[in-house]
Amino acid sequence: MNKYPAWKYVLIVGALIVAFLYTVPNLFGESPAVQVSGLRTNKVDAGLQTRVAETLKTANLANEGVELQGETLRVKFKDADTQFKGRDAIQAALGEGYVAALFNLSNSPAWLTKMNALPMYLGLDLRGGVHFLMQVDMKAAIDKAVDRYLGESRALLRDKKIFYSGISRDGNNVVLRFKERAEADKARKELNAQFADLVLRDANQGEEVVITLTMKPETVFKLQEAALQQNITALRKRVNELGVSEPIVQQQGLDRILIQLAGVTDPTRAKDVIGRTATLEFRMVAEEHAAGGRSFEQFRNEPAPFNTEKMIGSSGEVVLVRKTVILTGDKVTDAQPGFDTEAGNKPLVNIRLDGAGGRAMTLATRENVGKNMAVILIEKGKPEVLSWPTIQSELGAQFRITGIPSSLEAKNLALLMRAGALAAPMEIIEERTIGPSLGAENIEKGKNSLLFGFALITIFMVIYYSLFGVVSVVSLAANLLFLIALLSMLQATLTLPGIAAIALTLGMAIDANVLINERIREELRNGMSPQMAIQAGYERALDTIIDSNITTLIAGLALLIWGSGPVRGFAVVHCLGILTSIFSAVMVSRGIVNLIYGGKKKVTMLSIGNVKWAKAAKA
Amino acid sequence: MEFFKFKKSIPFMKHALWFNVISFLTFLLAIFFLWKNGLHLSIEFTGGAVMEVKYAQAVEPDKIRTTLDGAGITGAEVIKFGSAQDILVRLPLPTAANQTQNNAMETLKGRVMTALNAADKSAELKRMEFVGSAVGKELAYDGSLALLAVCIGIMIYLAIRFEWRFAVATIIANLHDVIIILGFFAFFQWEFSLPVLAAVLAILGYSVNESVVVFDRARENFRKMRKATTPEVFDAAITGTISRTIITHGTTQMMVIAMLVLGGPTLHYFALALTIGICFGIYSSVLVACPIANYLGVSREDFVKPAKKEGEPEVISAQP
Repeated sequence: MNKYPAWKYVLIVGALIVAFLYTVPNLFGESPAVQVSGLRTNKVDAGLQTRVAETLKTANLANEGVELQGETLRVKFKDADTQFKGRDAIQAALGEGYVAALFNLSNSPAWLTKMNALPMYLGLDLRGGVHFLMQVDMKAAIDKAVDRYLGESRALLRDKKIFYSGISRDGNNVVLRFKERAEADKARKELNAQFADLVLRDANQGEEVVITLTMKPETVFKLQEAALQQNITALRKRVNELGVSEPIVQQQGLDRILIQLAGVTDPTRAKDVIGRTATLEFRMVAEEHAAGGRSFEQFRNEPAPFNTEKMIGSSGEVVLVRKTVILTGDKVTDAQPGFDTEAGNKPLVNIRLDGAGGRAMTLATRENVGKNMAVILIEKGKPEVLSWPTIQSELGAQFRITGIPSSLEAKNLALLMRAGALAAPMEIIEERTIGPSLGAENIEKGKNSLLFGFALITIFMVIYYSLFGVVSVVSLAANLLFLIALLSMLQATLTLPGIAAIALTLGMAIDANVLINERIREELRNGMSPQMAIQAGYERALDTIIDSNITTLIAGLALLIWGSGPVRGFAVVHCLGILTSIFSAVMVSRGIVNLIYGGKKKVTMLSIGNVKWAKAAKA
Repeated sequence: MEFFKFKKSIPFMKHALWFNVISFLTFLLAIFFLWKNGLHLSIEFTGGAVMEVKYAQAVEPDKIRTTLDGAGITGAEVIKFGSAQDILVRLPLPTAANQTQNNAMETLKGRVMTALNAADKSAELKRMEFVGSAVGKELAYDGSLALLAVCIGIMIYLAIRFEWRFAVATIIANLHDVIIILGFFAFFQWEFSLPVLAAVLAILGYSVNESVVVFDRARENFRKMRKATTPEVFDAAITGTISRTIITHGTTQMMVIAMLVLGGPTLHYFALALTIGICFGIYSSVLVACPIANYLGVSREDFVKPAKKEGEPEVISAQP
C-alpha cells in the first residue's frame, strides 16, 4: 500500500531535474558586457570582430573575448569600469554607423545557454531604466488621409478634365459637387477605378449632384494599423541610437506604443531622442559647382559656395545642395520599395505626395529635367543625403526613384523616407524612471522577504507536523523550483509585484499540505490505520485542494485579462504558481511520503505531530 | 503539537446574530469612511507624477514642503518613503494650456529638482513616474471589470459545485471583506495602488476557499448527522474545520508578514491589504457565510439528493 509505480517517480525526478537546469542560470549572475550592432546597412561580421578585438587590445582593456552572435558582437568585461571604457573605445573606433551598447550577459555556462536555459527576464523595476507609454493620435492620422484623398481626387478630376462645381471636406468625408449628371457619372467611374478603398455615394441636392467619398471601415482600420506600425518603426530606429541593449518597442492596444529601455537613467535624453522630429527635405543639387559628372570632392575641406550647403551622402561622399527647399517630408504620404518591371526588375522606391506636394514637385521639376535632386534626412540638426537621383521627367504627386543598387537599399530608403515624418503625432501618457540602485534594492528586498517567509513556514511546519512537516516544506521548495524554472523558460518578465506573487503563492501553496496533513490526522483520530490514513488523507483532501485552487485561479485569470503593468506581472506568476503548487503538493509530497512509509507492513505511528487528544492536553 | 482541540461543537450559530450585527456595523463603518474620505488613489488611477528623492542624511518632509512652497510649486504632497533619507513627492497633473501633459510635467519636475537641489545638494532623483489622465480612467475601469469578473466567475463555480444559495452567501461574505479592506484604506488614507488592487482580488479568490471548505463539511455533515438541525450541522462543520482554516491562513500570513517587514515601501501596502484580507477572511468566510446560507434556507434536502446516488451510508463517525 502507498507505493507509487516507478513511472511516477521517474516523472517527478525528471521534472525536478529539468526545473533545476532551468533555475540554475538565475544563480550565476551576470557580467558587464558591450553589444555592438550595425545601423542601417552596416553589417556586423568577422572582419568587424577582429577590428573590435584589436581596438580593445590597443586600448589595453582586458576582456573575455569578442563573440559574434547573429547580427551582433558581444564583448564581456570583468567589471563595470572597463565596460564603460570599452564601450567608449569601441564607439570611437567604429564611428557612427555602429552602436555600442552597455548590457549584462549571463554568466551561466554556454551549454546551458544553448539549451535555452536563460535567467529570468527582469522588469524595469528590478534592473532600472525608463518606461514610456505613447499614445498615437489616430484622429490626426485619419485627418491626414482625408486631406490626401481630397487632394488626389481634385487632381484626378482635373487630369481627366471633368468639370466639377465644388470640392470640400466634411468631417471625414470628401464632398464633390457637379452641375451636370453626365460629369458626375464620369467622375464616379474614374474615382471608383482609382480609389478601391473608398465608398462612393451620390445624392441630388437641388440642381446639383453630390458625390460623397467615405473611407471604408476596414480602410480606416488598415490606416490606423499602418500608422501605428510606421511610428513603431520610426521609434525603433531612434531608440537604437540610444545605445540600449534589448530595447522594447511594442504595440499595446490599438493606438499605444510601449517603450522600455533598461539601463537608461536619464529620461530627458531618451525623451529628446524619442520625441525628436526628423524631417525629410527635397532640394536641388547645386550642379554648377560639380567638377565633371557628379563629384563635389574638391569641397570636402572648403567652405560651401554662396547659396549652397555642403552635406554628406549615405556613402560618405560630399554633395552640394541649394538652400531652397522644394518640399518637406510632411508632404510625403507614402514610400514603398518595389521593382522596376520595365527595366529588368531593378529595385526602386515608389513615392506618393499629397496634393500640395505634388504641385510643388511639378513646378520644381518642370524646368530641371536631367538634373539631380537630393533627398535629405535631417535628424538632430544633422542632414544626410539619402539619395540624389537624376530627374528623368516632370514629376507629379506620384513618382519613383530608380537605379538603386540593391533591394535592401531600396527598402531602407523607403523606410527612412517614411520614418522621416511620423504617420501620426504621439504623446507620452505614462513615464517611469527607476534608478539602477533602486532596482538592485528591490531585488534584495523581494528576495529577503521570500526567504524569511519561507524560513518562518519551515519552522512552523516542522514543529507542528514533524516529519510530515518536513515533507511539506520539501515539496514547497520543489514548488519554488518549478515556478522559477517555468518563469525562466517562458522568459516572462519578473517584476517586484511578481516576486511578491511568488511569495504569496508559496504562502497559499502550503495550504494544500496543511489540508492533507490535517486530514490524515483526522483519519488517524477516527481510528484508521496509518497506511489507510495516508491514503484517505491525500484522496479526501484533493477535492478541497482543487476547489481552493480553482477559485484562486479565477481571480488570477481576471487579473491577467484586465490587469495592466504591475498587476499583469503579478497575475502571470500567480497563475503559474497555482499550477505548479497543485503538482508539487499532491504529486511530490505524496511521492516522498510513499518513499518513507510506503510498502512497510508495520507502521504503527506516523510522525505527523500529535493526534491524540489526551496527550495534547498534557503537552 | 496541536493547537485546536474541541470536544464538542462550538455553538457558533447561536451567536450568529451577534456576528452579523458586528459585521454589519463594520461594513457600514467601512462604507461611511469610503464615502467620507474616499480612497487615496495612487497616481496610476488619478494621473499625475511621483518623484522619489534620496538624500544623504535624514530629512523632514515638512521642510521640503516649505522649500517647494517657496519655489511656487503648489499642490505637491511630500511624505517619507521607507527610510528617513527617502521622500516621495506627489504632484498633481498640471493643467497644460498649449503643450502636452508630459511636457508640462517635465517642466514641473525640473522646477522641483532645482528647488530641492538648491536647498540640499545631496537630493538625488531615484524614481519618477508620470501617468496621464486618460490612462488612469482606464485603469479604474479595468479594475472594476476585473472585480466583477472575479465575483461572477466564483459565483458560477460555486453554484455548479454546490447550490446557488451557497454561492450567494459566499460572495456576500467575501465582498464584505473587500469593502472592509477598502474601508481601512479610506480610514487611514493609505495609498491605494495597482498592486493593492491585485492583492484585494487575490485575497478574494483565496478566502472564498474557506467558505468552500466549510460548506463541503456541512454537506458531509448533513449526510451523517441525520437528526441534527441546520444550525447544529453548521456548528459541527465550523468546529471541524476551524483548525485548518486558522493554520492555512496563518502560514499564508507568515509569508505576508515577511513582505510587510522586509519588502520595503513598494510592497508595504500590498502586504497590508493582504493582512487585513486574511484576518477578515477567516472570520467572514465562516461566520458570515454560514448564517447567510442559513437565512437563505439551505436544508438537508438540498444535499441528500446527490448523496443517494453514491450509496448513502458512508458513515465513519460523526465529528468528535
